[in-house]
Parts: sequence; C-alpha cells; structure tokens
Amino acid sequence: MPDAQWFSSPSDAQARLAAAGYLADEATGTTAYLAGALEKPLLVEGPAGVGKTELAKAVSRATGAELVRLQCYEGLDEARALYEWNYKKQLLRIQASQGQESWDETHDDIFTDEFLLTRPLLTAIRRAEPTVLLVDEVDKTDVEVEGLLLEVLSDFQVTIPELGTLSAVRRPFVVLTSNASRELSEAVKRRCLFLHLDYPDAAREAEIVASQVPDLEQRVAEQLVATVARLRELELKKAPSIAESVDWARTLVALEIRELDEKAIGDTLGVVLKHASDQDRAVRELRLR
Amino acid sequence: MTGGLLERHLAFLEALRGAGLPVSLVEDLDAVAALGALPWDDREVVRAAYAATLVKRQAQRTTFDTLFDLYFPRLVGDGVAGAEAGPDADGSADGDGGDGGDAEPPPLRDGAVALRDLRDRLVDALAADDPATLGPLAVETVSRFGSMPGRGPGLSSWSAYSALRRVAPAELTRRIVAALLTEGSGEAEARRAAARSVGAFTALVEDDARRRIAEEKGPDHVARTAVRPSIERIDFTAARRADVEEMRRQIYPLARRLATRLTREQHARRRGPVDFRRTVRASVSTGGVPLTTHHRPKRPHRTDLVVLCDVSGSVANFAQFTLLLVLALREQFQNLRAFTFVDQVHEVTGHLRPGADLGDVMAELAASAEHAARWGRTSYGRAFTTFTEQYGGVLGPRSSLLILGDARSNYSDPGLEALREMAGAARHAWWLNPEHRRHWQTGDSLAGVYGEVVPMVECRNLTQLGEFVHDLV
Repeated sequence: MPDAQWFSSPSDAQARLAAAGYLADEATGTTAYLAGALEKPLLVEGPAGVGKTELAKAVSRATGAELVRLQCYEGLDEARALYEWNYKKQLLRIQASQGQESWDETHDDIFTDEFLLTRPLLTAIRRAEPTVLLVDEVDKTDVEVEGLLLEVLSDFQVTIPELGTLSAVRRPFVVLTSNASRELSEAVKRRCLFLHLDYPDAAREAEIVASQVPDLEQRVAEQLVATVARLRELELKKAPSIAESVDWARTLVALEIRELDEKAIGDTLGVVLKHASDQDRAVRELRLR
Repeated sequence: MTGGLLERHLAFLEALRGAGLPVSLVEDLDAVAALGALPWDDREVVRAAYAATLVKRQAQRTTFDTLFDLYFPRLVGDGVAGAEAGPDADGSADGDGGDGGDAEPPPLRDGAVALRDLRDRLVDALAADDPATLGPLAVETVSRFGSMPGRGPGLSSWSAYSALRRVAPAELTRRIVAALLTEGSGEAEARRAAARSVGAFTALVEDDARRRIAEEKGPDHVARTAVRPSIERIDFTAARRADVEEMRRQIYPLARRLATRLTREQHARRRGPVDFRRTVRASVSTGGVPLTTHHRPKRPHRTDLVVLCDVSGSVANFAQFTLLLVLALREQFQNLRAFTFVDQVHEVTGHLRPGADLGDVMAELAASAEHAARWGRTSYGRAFTTFTEQYGGVLGPRSSLLILGDARSNYSDPGLEALREMAGAARHAWWLNPEHRRHWQTGDSLAGVYGEVVPMVECRNLTQLGEFVHDLV
C-alpha cells in the first residue's frame, strides 16, 4: 500500500522534512508519513503561527511535488474552489461559428475541457504529477463548502454535470489547516487524520530560530527562546508564535543587539506582542520598567 | 494484528468511547491500517498513530493520553528501573511486593533511610529538570512508598496520594530553589522552575500509580473510575486549582470562537426586508421592471445586559468565569452593567474594561467580593431588595437580566416580590445555576421557587456556558 512517492517511514519523513527546512517532532513526522501511506487527508490544527501552512509547503519541497493552494475565506463558493465555465470564451466560440454549425455541434463543443476553468480542488485532482493540495484556513469557510470538500476528500473525485465524474489520476497529499475558530463538522474530521501542532519545546525552537536566522549568536538565541517561553506562560491574549520569535530574531540581528537584556526586550517587545494589554502585562511580569 | 493485541485494541477503543470520544468504525479501521503501516518498536510512534486517527479535538488529548498509558503501559511491575534500584538501597524489600501483592507493610524504620536517600536523589533530578531520571524515580517512589498491601480484595493496593505524602515534594521545593539559586538563576526564575518540575513529578507519580492499579485490576476498571473529564466538561464547582487556571486560559479562545460564530450567523441573516421606494425608483431606469431589488440594511440587535452575580465562596469560580466571558463578548452588547452580591449589592462594571487583562480582572473581582458582604451569609432576598432600592432604574425595556447563582439562600426570606419586580422591568431574564439539576430544590436551595419567576438554566461547565451565551446573544 505505501506509495513510494511520499515517505517510506516516520523517521524518513522527519529526516526529509528537516532537509527541506522544517524541523518536525516525532508525532508530526509519524502523522505526515501516515497521511502519505494511508492516502488520507491530514487536518492540522493549532494556534496561529506554529507552522501549519509551512508543513504543507515543506512536504511539497521534500517530495518534489507541486503545491496547489486553496486559500479559504468567508463566502468562498464552488466556482472559486472547484471549477467554472469560461462564459466569455464560450460566447466567442458561438459567435465565431455564426450559422455554420448546427445547434447540437455547438452545444457539445462549448462544454469541453477547453472552456473549463479549473480551480484549485479540480486542478489538484486532475494533475498526473505528484501534488500537495493545501486547503488553508478551512475554518474560515461557510459550512456549505465543507459539503463540497467531503466528496473531494473521501473519494478524490469531482462531478461536473456536463462532463461526468472526474476521478483523481493520482491521489494528492492533502493538508487542511485550521485555527479552530469554528468547530469543523464531524463528517470532515472523520475523513481526516488529525494533528495538533503546538508551540515547540525550547530546544527545538532554538534550532528553528537558528536555522531561519543563522546570523544570530547562539547565546542571544537561547535568551530569546527562554523569554518567548516565559511570555507564553503568561496569560496573554495572543501568545507569541514561532513566526514571531523568528521575526524577533531578525529584528535583533538588524538592530545589532548582542545582549538580550531587559532594555533590549523592552525596546523590541512590539515585534512579538501585538496587544496593548499584553505588552503592559509582559512589562509588569518581567519587571522591565 | 494478533488475537491478544486486537482484544486490547478493541478494549482501548471502548474505553475511549466510554470517556466521551466519538470514535467511529471508520476511525477504528483507520487506526488498524495505520498500525499496520508502522514499525512497532517505538511506543511513541504507536501513540502518535492512534492519536492521529482517533482524536479529532485537542481538548480530548489529555483523556486520550491517560487511557493510552493505561492500555499500553510503558512497563510492567517495577520494570527495569525497580530491579536496578533494588539492591543498592536498604528499603528494597518494600519495593518488590508489587507483582505478587504479598509484601509486608513497609517497616517505617527502614523506610526512613530509604526516604532520605530518595529525597536527596529527587532534589538533584528535579533541580536538573532531567526527564530521563525523573521517570524511573517516580516509578521507584510509588513502588516504595505508594503500596498499601494487605487491603481487602477489590481495593487497590497502590496509592499516589500516600506516596506523595511520604515524599512531600512541596517541601522539596525549598531545597530545589536553594540548589537553583546557587547555580545562579534569579529568585523568581528558580521558584517557577522548581514549581514546574515538582508539578511534573507529581503527575508522573499519579500516572505510575494508575498504571499499577490498572495492572492489578484491569485497565477497564481504572478507565471507568480514575480518568478525569476534559477541561470543558469539568464542573465549575468541582474544579481544582490547576483546572481553574486552565479554564481561565480557555475563556478568551472560547469567547473568540463564539464571537466568530455570531458574526457569521448575523452575516447570513443580514439581508433585511425589501426597501420598496428604492426598488421602484431604481426600476425607472429599466422601464419599470424591478431588475434589482434594494433591501433595508438590518440593524444588529443589541441589548443592554445587566448581570447580577452571587460571589459567595461556593459559586465564586462560576461567577467569575461567566463575568469574564460576558466581558470578552462586550461588543455584542450595547451596554453592560455588572453587580456582585453576597448579601449586599456592589457594582463592578468599572472593573470590566474592554481590552483589560483577564488576570487582573479576576483579581479585582475577587477583591470586590468584600464589598458585597456585610453579614457574610448569602441572602438572595436581601440582595434583590437592595438591588431594587438602589439600582432599580438600571433595568428597562431594552435590558436583559442575567442572574448567576446556586439559589441557596441559607433559609432566609427569598425576596420573591423584589425578584418579580426586577424580572417584570427587564425585557428578558435568565438565571444560570451551576448546580446539577438533580440538586435543585434540595436543602436550602430555592431553585424551584425562583425558577417559576425567572427561567432557570443549568450551567455547570464551559461547554454549557458557551452554549448559553450564544443563545443569549
């Protein structure tokens, strides 16, 4: 059953993701491997900025597959997610054949591949090359879109009334991401493997920061990671994410700060904390001023 | 999958279902397929595979982990650690009793030496915060000091409680802090690190005791009795200190989820009735055919909310959570006024500033409970009467009244007249009661009496609270 195109074992997944610049922990590696081996979609949940989208990108980099991305938003509909007929082109086609063809011919003609605008979901299904399909922020869509996803996710096929059912030539590696701002339906969850990504432990975060910002001195990186961990322990409205610690590291490099003392933290706190009340609290708890 | 393993797998699934995880047949098959695709030598890999296929909500993860440790234990009996630790210490005879259950009670004079030795090693390991040594130490702790041999059949012979009482990790904290201070950490830093590692050790000991009990009595028994429900389902009134903190962390995300859901639902219903004049005027340009209809925008309906909270000891947690949730949803209300009472009414609206820090608000609310009590005993009647006298004007036809409390009034005058007056003045009125419905109207509870005047809703945990507030808005 395991397809050679994805990963051959959990440790292989971990190693190849690391080579692609994504430091995955054991559970992430195992789950990514399973998603490939069982050919099941993978639902990744977790707080903002812990690398959910990045995981999909890393899988595509590690396996040499093309990434097809569907960014979800409120009001996303079938025409944007699946396919649409190219009405303008169809009209042109009808006008171009003025009276030279019978109705039947024209009718059959304008509902062919040529006039089909494929959107991400259909594109991913029809591709013959290895594909990673990323359905980003699926919790932002309306509930109806989930119904649309169900057919795609369980059978990897799409039904177009004029053309019939199109099945996947080659099953894509599907990653859905969600911030859990809305509870997804049981039906979707049942079809997916589930992975909760959380903030990494200090050692791994230090590695991540170091790999993203190589210019940062190791001692400063350790101080930075410790401070971020401390900030996450406070009850903040928005705890700093990995992305924000990386930003912070870049800021420190840009400002040429060699020592992350209290003054340096206080001056650059805006990079990691983006609520006024969070900053107040951090200043108070860390005794910065 | 071999026979014994399949049985264990099925029993594990049953236990998960029993604990409230909706594990369907499809997921069952997925799990089996996943295990088939994996190497078996690493326990964490197996755990990850089960988690990926069976758990679909992070809140259930703790329950899952506990059950996984029960059904797929890390080691059997004292394991390798026990055998290694055995010969070098004089208390070793106590430790070996676990498997047969025939050990004699640990002789205290022998135990004292062993205890001192263990505590010394614990301090070192905890100060170094080294998980590799902490695990075996926890096993040893339970094996030496947690056994309760000689109890009757049907009673478990292991206790994390007695083990922890003997070792008293809280007292160790001081020594750990001292050890950390000599290593050059800051005072506050050391205290925090010590508290964290002691907490982790306590959890390890509890896990190990649970594992041993499961070994004796079968995991099913422990799964039924000793697994705590997930944080969203823990009763406010039964919450432990650690739970309360975890719940508080959940409040803000809960409010955010609720707010998103509400905006989305309002969005879906946004199109108001047809604006006739505009539609007709627009139709002039298309020869009188109303091609596009125009609609009146729907004004979001916002009410004034008046919250009246019982903050006496028994329900203080509950009241604070509700107030915080209401605060977090402030923008959904036109106006919010909050009052707390025990027997006197005290306005706390000032503390509920929008965007304020939840921790601070919590502390201020707790402090303000003093103002709300003059006699110190809950009296709903007196509170309602003072409220109508002092703040009667607050309630109007646009306001909704929300009363939070367990309706236990210490057998005093219920003050029904005042409550009726309040309910009559407000547009809507609800009462949230943190007690289970079956306790209503028992003892000094006046739930039934008050429930006739104001509709009373059971609200025991975060899930129910979220549901209610959603319906309220």
